[in-house]
Amino acid sequence: MAHSTNERRVISVVVMNESSVLARVTALFAGRGYNIESLTVAPIPNSEMSHITIATNGSTKVMEQITKQLHKLIPVYKVIEHEEMVEKEMVLVKFPIAENLSDIAALCSTYNGGIVNVGKEMVIAQVADEPKRIKHFIEAAERYNPTEIVRGGVVAIER
Amino acid sequence: MQMSGAQMVCEAIIAEGVKTVFGYPGGAIMHVYDEIYKQNGFEHILNRHEQAAVHAADGYARATGEVGVAMVTSGPGFTNAVTGLATAYMDSIPMVVISGQVPLSLIGTDGFQEIDAVGISRPCTKHNFLVRTLEELPRVLKEAFYIARSGRPGPVLVDIPKDITVDIGDFAYPDSVDIPSYKPTYKGNKRQIEKAVEAIKSAKKPLLYLGGGVVLSNAADLVRELAEKTQIPAVETLMARGVMGAKNPLLLGMLGMHGNYASNMAMSETDLVISLGARFDDRVTGKLSEFAKYADIIHVDIDAANIGKLVDVDYPIVGDVTQVLEKMIPLLDDVDTDRYNAWREILKRYDVLHPQSYVDSDEVIKPQWAIERIGTLIGEDAIITSDVGQHQMWAAQHYPFDRPRQWINSGGLGTMGFGFPAAIGAKRAYPEKTVINITGDGSILMNMQELVTAAEYKIPVINVILNNHFLGMVRQWQTFFYEKRYSETDLSFQPNFKALAEACGGIGYDVTTKAEFDAALEDAIKQDKVCFMNVQTNRFEDVLPMVPSGGALFNMMLPQKTEGEEK
Ligand SMILES: Cc1ncc(C[n+]2csc(CCOP(=O)(O)OP(=O)(O)O)c2C)c(N)n1
Ligand SMILES: [Mg+2]
Repeated sequence: MAHSTNERRVISVVVMNESSVLARVTALFAGRGYNIESLTVAPIPNSEMSHITIATNGSTKVMEQITKQLHKLIPVYKVIEHEEMVEKEMVLVKFPIAENLSDIAALCSTYNGGIVNVGKEMVIAQVADEPKRIKHFIEAAERYNPTEIVRGGVVAIER
Repeated sequence: MQMSGAQMVCEAIIAEGVKTVFGYPGGAIMHVYDEIYKQNGFEHILNRHEQAAVHAADGYARATGEVGVAMVTSGPGFTNAVTGLATAYMDSIPMVVISGQVPLSLIGTDGFQEIDAVGISRPCTKHNFLVRTLEELPRVLKEAFYIARSGRPGPVLVDIPKDITVDIGDFAYPDSVDIPSYKPTYKGNKRQIEKAVEAIKSAKKPLLYLGGGVVLSNAADLVRELAEKTQIPAVETLMARGVMGAKNPLLLGMLGMHGNYASNMAMSETDLVISLGARFDDRVTGKLSEFAKYADIIHVDIDAANIGKLVDVDYPIVGDVTQVLEKMIPLLDDVDTDRYNAWREILKRYDVLHPQSYVDSDEVIKPQWAIERIGTLIGEDAIITSDVGQHQMWAAQHYPFDRPRQWINSGGLGTMGFGFPAAIGAKRAYPEKTVINITGDGSILMNMQELVTAAEYKIPVINVILNNHFLGMVRQWQTFFYEKRYSETDLSFQPNFKALAEACGGIGYDVTTKAEFDAALEDAIKQDKVCFMNVQTNRFEDVLPMVPSGGALFNMMLPQKTEGEEK
């Protein structure tokens, strides 16, 4: 379990579905000075629960505190500090129609994606991959003058 | 049974066995007050400020161990209550505060007296609820009381929109609570307890480090039994005063910033800290890297997040102090108490070398003398509350506390203005006990309107104002660390405290000599009226020993031994 200081970590938090629960979780991070790199939340199908995925960073000691403090929140069922996980992130990128579309399509397919929408002036590409590869994809996409990039934040599942 | 939301609130309070509610009405909570008027299952005390109402409920809770209840209206009523919530939160006091809110349809519109109460109180409550439907109200009330008193206790806010208090629906107060995501751990891990016991048996210089959790867990008798059986010496935090009892030969005293020499040296030299319900607060540890440097640490705490938060722990035990000690004590039948003889001898010598002392005077009342005097005259019969400052530390150092819940003060938040309303709450819970608020000339003014409350309800608490004409604790830091620049701490301009008390229906005493002190206290105890004892003390007395903030515990500024009568 030895992690170097300020390592990136992904935490899954399973919570009761209630209106203020996300505020409780984010306020805890803000109030205690923990970082949030990305955060996603969605209901868990056929249940009264939601799954929050938080990418954060901190030393082992800080991570331990984050986990314990999250656990103390009344509507929190479970906190999983991921060790062995499959982690994915999605990104949507808008390109001008004038760019080389076949190059863009080829780039996207390298990163498990493709062009998902074509308009008069633009095309929209979608890619879902590991966060590190998403970063590479965005760097590569810069060449085609993207007009808008929207990242989705990570979701993770323990293996 | 069909009833309004307001009636449900009253029924829940009655069902929880609450005898006294402290509060202040206003628009959003008026329907509930209308029901309070009609019922006779509990009494309501009208404090004269919402902060005081919450502190009074808090004092009631600390004195009894039961959940204190306060009620306030929306907007300013609620914001006034926030300091009270935060005070209770920092000391883990079980409390339910019920606040009115604007009607559901107005929420989010910046309506009159609308404020986001759950948003504001999130970091200073254990949990909070904004009630959204009448159907959920009974369950929410039941859960609020349950959450407040279970696990690591704390204050819970229930914010109720006005229309929900008007609506009529079915009421059945739930018998039990099931919150699948909230299951506090009470039983300590058996294996861990066994390991801790082995560590105790092989230690040479073990030390019991007792915190407020012992009081909250009602574990003082077990702690005394553990100490007695093992002959291990003990130190108490500010929140644990009274746990061991002042006469207990195994008690070294209070540790920390204003701890006594023997306690702080014991912590610095121990080879095994047995921490029970304490949380390694910075006012206790001083410089962390020097704290208990030579020790392994056993940490028993009901809150897992406290364990390993500040110091690395060798034997973590998550659980309730009572349940852990019930398992631990029988395993110590064969402990060899002689092992610790040499250690206790060392500590005894430390105490002889630098006892908790002060230089008394015949000319002027020393604050420490006044506190000891109360101890001599009333002792274990009194409940002592206090405000925040030098007087608080002297009370903690010098009063002969004999039992838990005898000492009520704001430790974690350090809230000036806490003492008087908390005394009102404690006195309401135990009318037969003498309740004394040891306070300062600064602090008492922060909730002095409570004179009116105490006078109206004939709650005869005694406020002993140790009047040094200073914000003394801040003045002391200015003396030591700011080259005596007394920026905004001189309280030479004073109200006439005696007249002030009398103007509000109480009694005032001006006290300048020891004889007057005795006479005033004797009289005050007999009265059925609230009083101010305005006790003139010397102005420049310092609280010592003192560990400068951030310094190591063993680097104490000690009292000077000058001429005069050494006590
Ligand atoms: C509400 C609040 N404001 C400010 C402080 C900071 N503070 C701590 S002790 C103190 C002085 C208290 O003066 P007094 O009540 O006269 O007590 P003394 O120290 O003189 O005994 C102050 C201002 C505080 N603890 N609480
Ligand atoms: Mg003062």
